[in-house]
Amino acid sequence: MDLRALFSGRADEPGLLDKLLAVNWGLVLLIALVSCIGFAMQYSAAGGSMEPWAGRQVMRFGAGLVLMLVAAMVHLRWWHALAYPVYAMGLLLLVAVEVFGRIGMGAQRWIDLGFFQFQPTELMKLGLVLVLARYFHALTQDEVRKPLRLAWPVLLGVVPAVLVAKQPDLGSALLLLILTAALLFLAGVRLWKFAAVAAVVLAALPLAWSRLRDYQKQRVLVFLDPENDPLGSGYHIIQSKIALGSGGVWGKGFMQGTQSYLQFLPEKQTDFIFTMYAEEFGLVGGIVLLALYAAILVYGTMIALVARSQFGRLLASGIMVAFWVYAFINMAMVTGMIPVVGEPLPLVSYGGSALMSLLVSFGLVINVYVHRNAQIGRSGDDGTA
Amino acid sequence: MAREQGRARTFTRRSLLLLGGQLGLFGLLAGRLYWLQVVESEKYQTLSDTNRISLRLVPPVRGRILDREGEPLAVNRPNYRIVVVPELTGNVGATLDALATLLPVGEADRRRIMRDVARKRRFLPIVVKENLSWEDVGRVAVNTQDLPGVQFDVGFAREYPRGMDFAHVVGYVAPPAEADLTGDPLLELPDFRIGRNGIERVYDLAMRGRGGTSQLEVNAVGRPIRELDRVDGDPGQDVALTIDAGLQRFCMQRLSQEESAAAVVMEVDTGEVLAAASWPSFDPNEFSTGIPVGLWRELLADTRGPLTNKVVSGQYAPGSTYKMAVALAGLEAGAIAPDHRIHCPGHMDLGDNRFHCWRRGGHGAVDMVEAIQQSCDVYFYELARRVGIDRIAAMSRRLGLGQALGIDLPGERAGLMPTRAWKEALHGKPWAQGDTLVAGIGQGFVLATPLQLAVMTARMANGGRAVEPHFARQRIEGGSLVDRVEEAAPALGIPQRHLAIVLKAMSSVVNDPRGTAFRARIDEPEFAMGGKTGTSQVRRITAQERATGMRRPHEVPWNERDHALFVGFAPVREPRYACAVIVEHGGGGSAVAAPIARDILLEAQKRDSAGRTARRARATGSAPT
Repeated sequence: MDLRALFSGRADEPGLLDKLLAVNWGLVLLIALVSCIGFAMQYSAAGGSMEPWAGRQVMRFGAGLVLMLVAAMVHLRWWHALAYPVYAMGLLLLVAVEVFGRIGMGAQRWIDLGFFQFQPTELMKLGLVLVLARYFHALTQDEVRKPLRLAWPVLLGVVPAVLVAKQPDLGSALLLLILTAALLFLAGVRLWKFAAVAAVVLAALPLAWSRLRDYQKQRVLVFLDPENDPLGSGYHIIQSKIALGSGGVWGKGFMQGTQSYLQFLPEKQTDFIFTMYAEEFGLVGGIVLLALYAAILVYGTMIALVARSQFGRLLASGIMVAFWVYAFINMAMVTGMIPVVGEPLPLVSYGGSALMSLLVSFGLVINVYVHRNAQIGRSGDDGTA
Repeated sequence: MAREQGRARTFTRRSLLLLGGQLGLFGLLAGRLYWLQVVESEKYQTLSDTNRISLRLVPPVRGRILDREGEPLAVNRPNYRIVVVPELTGNVGATLDALATLLPVGEADRRRIMRDVARKRRFLPIVVKENLSWEDVGRVAVNTQDLPGVQFDVGFAREYPRGMDFAHVVGYVAPPAEADLTGDPLLELPDFRIGRNGIERVYDLAMRGRGGTSQLEVNAVGRPIRELDRVDGDPGQDVALTIDAGLQRFCMQRLSQEESAAAVVMEVDTGEVLAAASWPSFDPNEFSTGIPVGLWRELLADTRGPLTNKVVSGQYAPGSTYKMAVALAGLEAGAIAPDHRIHCPGHMDLGDNRFHCWRRGGHGAVDMVEAIQQSCDVYFYELARRVGIDRIAAMSRRLGLGQALGIDLPGERAGLMPTRAWKEALHGKPWAQGDTLVAGIGQGFVLATPLQLAVMTARMANGGRAVEPHFARQRIEGGSLVDRVEEAAPALGIPQRHLAIVLKAMSSVVNDPRGTAFRARIDEPEFAMGGKTGTSQVRRITAQERATGMRRPHEVPWNERDHALFVGFAPVREPRYACAVIVEHGGGGSAVAAPIARDILLEAQKRDSAGRTARRARATGSAPT
């Protein structure tokens, strides 16, 4: 494959150097800032040590930055062409995990690549955004309004969601559905259709409930009301709230979080890292992090707005929606606003698979900006035909 | 283009709407934080700082491992620790100075402590000294007035009273690795250990037990004030081994005179393993507290394999100890009559190749009993040629060779019984008749573990029943241990008269002056043993060496010398014990391995551990009828 063809498009389009200069370094800086908060908290979670979390995370971040730039430089048309292959690969891995997980009795969500464990769900999220963006890129606004045209994108979203839900990873399944809905919304699907689907789901709920077995009902009840399970997730939420509340306005100081240390918090380096952060840095720290997240969100949305292709717009938006959902679900969970779903806090929680895929996703957002003026035909050609 | 603009307009409108919603929900989060951290902060601060209810896990006590008589082989020793809490101490250096007058606090300890003090939170206890004696604890306790912030702590540490003797069977425990974490919070307790090898590993889940919980009222520095509620867990179950600790120790001491060796003794009727010794060994006590890196490297680098349980993991060419299996295959195939004589001129020619007997002058005409008794190679070349490799392999498998026996120890190897199909599949070459001849004297491709050789001997000595070896008297059923029910092993379908010939020959190996192990006989008639010597070549004898004469044993480097083997059973009249001995690079089976087997079988019979246990069980009325 000709490398020039990979990174540049038509002769009248910008070359690799121009594109590097066009990267939104401001966005990269924001991402790095949030990641640094992550490193600091992982250092603190280990009782003041780079081992076992912070050191490894810093190295992965470095590797991820390189991947991010590569993802940003590859011409957007290539990503358009890769949409279905990436999606298919994600689906295949999900099925593989389902099969091997059964046989191996191991943790079902992971695929071990030797040097690094990989979660197919991460690839699936990216694949889903890519295929939906591609699909709607090819439709005119009139076509979007035809109900039959929506069957395919809905199917694209629901199939992986069901597979992921079977793992069982309800949080990620929910995210896939939210992503699908958000992209349908942004593509211009009429609002009454969302209302209709919502009404049907609500109407079907009692029926579905009556068909569940007792233990399944129990599981759903605990999910909705964790205080029912005082030794399980409910206990952690209470402890998390105590940690947050006792942090006060200014926090207890770096590495001085008593709650976190006393092992009241499970997985303090991953799902509950925000609790630890807000205990040590207080309301001020929490607001700073929220502001950083909001800045990244606004930045990403602006990139989507300036893109001239529908594919680019939807791709950037989809990724920003996923990013926002993660951040919101995690923080809402540890502050006790929603039930425990067990999703990590993007860029801050420890975890290689999630960090890598986040950075590559941000690479795609930057890509959309760099190629904001690129023309992509309905079938992905360079628009000259 | 107009359409494109319409699409973009819709997108922009909806995108901004979505952004507004997202930022709004972030705002809600900020509000929530304000509520928790400002409005309700005082309430949570109280909960956090003054009095907290802390739910703590109480780790269960790990089950012990006992020998067949109830002697403890793995126990839990209380581990007294002295810790210092910097926040309560004030000047840590001065406190350590004061402590040093009561206890040896070395320079290295001091550096580690000061580093922890600088790094950890100030209310955290830091371990000063572990594994203290009761006297040390008492000495410090009397002086606590002058030692602010110094506290006591007690945990449990795994201890192996028999140390090296049982390292390979009992195994050892270690802190759980990342991969072991299943989400069970017990595994995350700093003192928790899981079985890493041996019985500790196989029966780990049953020995772990179930953790309890303790609800404590704790103060701001996390020190318990009082216990509010307690839910007791279940201690782990004890595992009773079939091993006789005394016999095991005897075997280890006997083997320790050699560089590298293994021995195993089992009961022929039940399959209970009474001793399984692998020399050299290591001290498992080093492992439970975290093994020093230098020692670990040293153990790994040792070519004699101290970390390997040679009884189940060592694979050796069985040499002449394999000849009984060939004989039984020959009798079953009708390839030879027991009294038929084959002439041994000292070698046998097959095509251009000459296959030698160990006795250069030859044995003359020998029948089956004499061939085993004097270990004539030519007789077994000829017999193997007549029977064919596949039938030999089939008989070997029935005797327990060439397959994993499914024992309750990790690391079991399967050995190897070659067949035509196997060689073609693996080497891509057809089976040659020469391969059959070499296999007939237990060389070439054939491999067996010492345990398999003992099982083979037991299955011949018990009248041809498929006894299965095992190391524990319990088995795991539904996550907990239940006693094994001993039932008669199924018959292998080998005619008794065939077995009688082979056992008679094995007896004459030891008890006939012409036998290869006559010098290792047991003189007391009631303890007399039968057996078979074996010498397994580690490297091929070159034609040149044969021509110029063999090198003398002491001229050969240690790791090129032959392995010495012996399999035996006793007493001859009503066999109860089977045993297999291998001395790696020990030289000849008759000179080196047979005397060890004799000593072990004699000791086993004098101890009569199997009989003792059965009698005791009968006395307490718990024996199966």
